[in-house]
Amino acid sequence: MSILAAVRPDSWNFPLFLHVLGAMILVGGLLTGVSTLAFARGDARFLRLGYWSLLAVSLPGWILMRAGGEWIGSREGWTKEGVPTPTWLDIGFLLADLGGLILLISLIVGGIGVYRLRQGKGAGLLKGTLVLSLILLAAYVVAVWAMAGKPN
Amino acid sequence: MSFDDWLLALHVLSAFAYVGGIVLFWVLVVAVRKTDTPGGTIRMEPIVKVGNVAVGIGAVGTILLGIWLAFALDGYAIWDGWIIAAIVLWAIGGGIGQRTGAAYMQGMTKAKELEAAGQSGSNSELLALNRTSTGLLMQSLASIVLLLILLDMIFKPGA
Repeated sequence: MSILAAVRPDSWNFPLFLHVLGAMILVGGLLTGVSTLAFARGDARFLRLGYWSLLAVSLPGWILMRAGGEWIGSREGWTKEGVPTPTWLDIGFLLADLGGLILLISLIVGGIGVYRLRQGKGAGLLKGTLVLSLILLAAYVVAVWAMAGKPN
Repeated sequence: MSFDDWLLALHVLSAFAYVGGIVLFWVLVVAVRKTDTPGGTIRMEPIVKVGNVAVGIGAVGTILLGIWLAFALDGYAIWDGWIIAAIVLWAIGGGIGQRTGAAYMQGMTKAKELEAAGQSGSNSELLALNRTSTGLLMQSLASIVLLLILLDMIFKPGA
C-alpha cells in the first residue's frame, strides 16, 4: 500500500483531496450535530443548531465526498463494468450510499422536528435525528477505517 | 491487514477527529456570535469539551502515528520534505489552536462570572467577548493550516 501511495499518479490527487475533504466535513458536521442535539436538553436554540449543523455542514460534506469518490473511483478504473472491486471499496461505496440515504431520512425527520418545535409540540423527532446521526457517525468511522486501512 | 495498515487507518482516523473538532468549533464560533446571555454561553461548554477531546485525540494521534509510519513504511523517510512540512505545520496549527481556545474562553469565563453574580440577562460586554475578532482570525488561520496539511498529505510534494 505504501508503494501504491508513493506511485499514485498526480492526476488522482485532486479528486482524492476533494473526496477526503468532503468526508472530513461530513464527519465534522455529524460530530457537531450529535454533540449539540445530545447536550441540548430540550433547549430549542441548541436543537435547531444541531439540526442546522447536519443540514448546512454534513449534507454538503456528503455531496463533496460522494462526488469526489466517484471521480477518484473512475480515475482509478474501479467504475468500469466487469472490473472486480476490492472489499475496502465495496465497504466504502455501501456506507457512503446507505449513509447518504440515512442522512437524508434524518434530515427530513429533523426538519419536521424543527417545524414541530416552532409550534411548541416537543422535540421527539429530533431525538430520532440524534439516533440516526449517531449511527451514521459510527458507520463513517468504519468507512474511514476501511478506506484508509484497505482490508482485503 | 498488517500492523502498518492498522496504524495508517488510525492515523487517518485521527486526522478525521482533528478536522471534525475544528468543524465543530466553526459551528460554535458562528453560534456564539449571536449569544449575549451567560446561560446561552455556558450551555455551549459540554459541546466545547467534545471538540477539545476530538482535537486532542486527533492532534496527538496524527503526529505520533504519522512519525511512526514515516519510520516504518518503505519509501518514506522522516526527513522527506513533505513530512517535515507536515510536522512544522502541525506545530504551527497546535499553537494557533491554543490561542483560538484562549480567545473564546474569555467569553466563557465572563459568562460564569455574570452567572455567579446572579445576572442572567443580555450583556453587551459578553457579546463583544463572544464575537472576538482575534479568536475568529486564529480559528481561520488554524483551519488554513489544517487544509495545508491535508494538501501536503495527499499531494506529497517532492515525494
